[in-house]
Amino acid sequence: MSRIPLDPATSPAFPKAAKKSLGDQQLRRNVRHATDVIQAKRKRMVEERDDWQDLRESGSQIRQHTLRYLDQYLEEFERNCTKAGGHVHWARDGKEACEIVTRLAREAGAKEVIKIKTMTSEEIHLNNALETAGIMPVETDLAELIIQLGEDQPSHIVVPALHKNRHQVREIFKQKMGLKDLGDTPADLAEAARSYLRHKFLTVPTAVSGANYLIAETGGVCIVESEGNGRMCLTLPETLITIAGIDKVIPLMDNARTEVLADEEGRQTLHCIRCGACQNACPVYRQTGGHAYGSVYAGPIGAILTPQLQELHHAESLPYASSLCGACYEVCPVKINIPEVLIHLRHKVVEKQTKGLGTLNPEAVAMRVMAYIFRSEARFRAAQKFGRTAEKPLVNREGWIGWLPGMLGGWTQARDLQAMPDETFREWWEKRDKKEGRNG
Amino acid sequence: MADARSAILEKIRAVKPAGFGDKATAWQQIPRSFLVGSTLGREEILHLLEDRLLDYDATVERCVPGEIAGVVKALLEKRGKSRMAIPDGMEPTWLPNEGVDFVVDRELPYSELDLVDGVMTGCTVAIADTGSIVVRNTSGQGRRAITLVPDYHLCVVFASAVVKTVPEAMRLLQTWNTAPITFFSGPSATADIEMTRIKGVHGPRFLDVVLVLD
Repeated sequence: MSRIPLDPATSPAFPKAAKKSLGDQQLRRNVRHATDVIQAKRKRMVEERDDWQDLRESGSQIRQHTLRYLDQYLEEFERNCTKAGGHVHWARDGKEACEIVTRLAREAGAKEVIKIKTMTSEEIHLNNALETAGIMPVETDLAELIIQLGEDQPSHIVVPALHKNRHQVREIFKQKMGLKDLGDTPADLAEAARSYLRHKFLTVPTAVSGANYLIAETGGVCIVESEGNGRMCLTLPETLITIAGIDKVIPLMDNARTEVLADEEGRQTLHCIRCGACQNACPVYRQTGGHAYGSVYAGPIGAILTPQLQELHHAESLPYASSLCGACYEVCPVKINIPEVLIHLRHKVVEKQTKGLGTLNPEAVAMRVMAYIFRSEARFRAAQKFGRTAEKPLVNREGWIGWLPGMLGGWTQARDLQAMPDETFREWWEKRDKKEGRNG
Repeated sequence: MADARSAILEKIRAVKPAGFGDKATAWQQIPRSFLVGSTLGREEILHLLEDRLLDYDATVERCVPGEIAGVVKALLEKRGKSRMAIPDGMEPTWLPNEGVDFVVDRELPYSELDLVDGVMTGCTVAIADTGSIVVRNTSGQGRRAITLVPDYHLCVVFASAVVKTVPEAMRLLQTWNTAPITFFSGPSATADIEMTRIKGVHGPRFLDVVLVLD
């Protein structure tokens, strides 16, 4: 049941993918419902905490601190993990990480491995690598199981199957688990997953996990979960293979993270703890869902993380998949200024795309013309007058413009533009002064 | 080609932002103005813990130390549990004398653990803020598998082991920081389908807490 993983290198640009998602009413309903529920719960919990802003500040500073001493913490983790009986393996990229995991699973004699939900393994396409090596990965998180059996792709960091509703899940389970009679309440579906996985938990001796944190001081791995599948994978098997990026306070796989670290303005991206709060808050994500981002990391964090992990070779459209409204920054528990990084990345994308064009690139020319107009009141007034005349043939009866020509067409591709008012505020003000005999 | 370890470390050293002097000192200087303790009284803290546990679909029974065995008996009867696993070192006075068969876990195979009606243990500390109970592999609490494989967990929590905040609990747990530690907040649960929170998938799906006022 191999499936095609989300890969920024081959995914279509965001506007194209988003357009497809926007046409899927079922998807949009599912995503809206899920993000509404999580946001409301989160808000309630945040409001209960008098020290929420203090926690955010400490969280942010701890993440900054860790990056400043990343090399030392990595070595400390390795030392303490080894002392506790673990083995630490280092991988430069996803390919190397897959090779190591596959080799370790083989050495453990594994025909199959049970897996805790790990976005890192999705990032590096570990399941495909294991399957190619003849080792069957079995996802044990309910949402990941739905994704795996449905040959689907995760669309949210925390709740990867939120784009599927109960009826869709029921169909997948009926078909793939060979169940004739299966109810469609979430409880029925969870029970089916329990029966399906119970024997695996008790018998499969090799597990693969990600990590919420790796603790340098003790060499420990911290996993947060709710279903008990995580505890099963961590407790019962004889071999546990944990795979995590070096940004998870302290582990082992680089996969372009050092490139992100090198970028002064972009490096705060590595503070991310993968909580998904920014996704639930994002007006863009809430409309398109996760798949449009073409990467396992969707939403605002994906819009900054994915292009950086791809070193801007791919996913160049993602920094633009945002209205810069700042909702993501506001909810981020470690205060990542996502809008700031988005603008920084847009700058880099523009620089890259216009390399060699110098001052002749169309955007730069347009900006210079704007600046020229804005510098003089007379020119500004003339431009406004010109605009009102020029737009006339395009305005419909309700006062909206549905289509703009040439480069301006980007604006009206997905939304209408309101026609300019008959007079500007200045004109109205001046007229009013004249009428009432005031001056200025 | 350099090995992956040196290559990664070298690259990090070349590109990372500069530290502020010595690592340990810089670590100490991080502002930590979040709440560590609380001004709540003991009853308010216990009430908060109860409130959280009930919210997670656990049940809570209060009693004084002399009543533990009686409360345990009543809970197990109500649940229809007759064969319970217990860890080595379980306090014998907590166990009812009749009606229930208690199996001491001495490396029981997982398939055996899967067949008992439930497990009864004590705990190390409980956190009111998050409704979490913390267990570790020690006398009276047992190895990780026994509070995981059975479908029902009866946990005895002493009021003296209840703290308000996570940082307070972390401070207590520092002593055993190299041992595996399990935090659980209510029974196993999931909200993966339509964000509807439902009782349990794999871990214990039923949790009774006996809160002992010592």
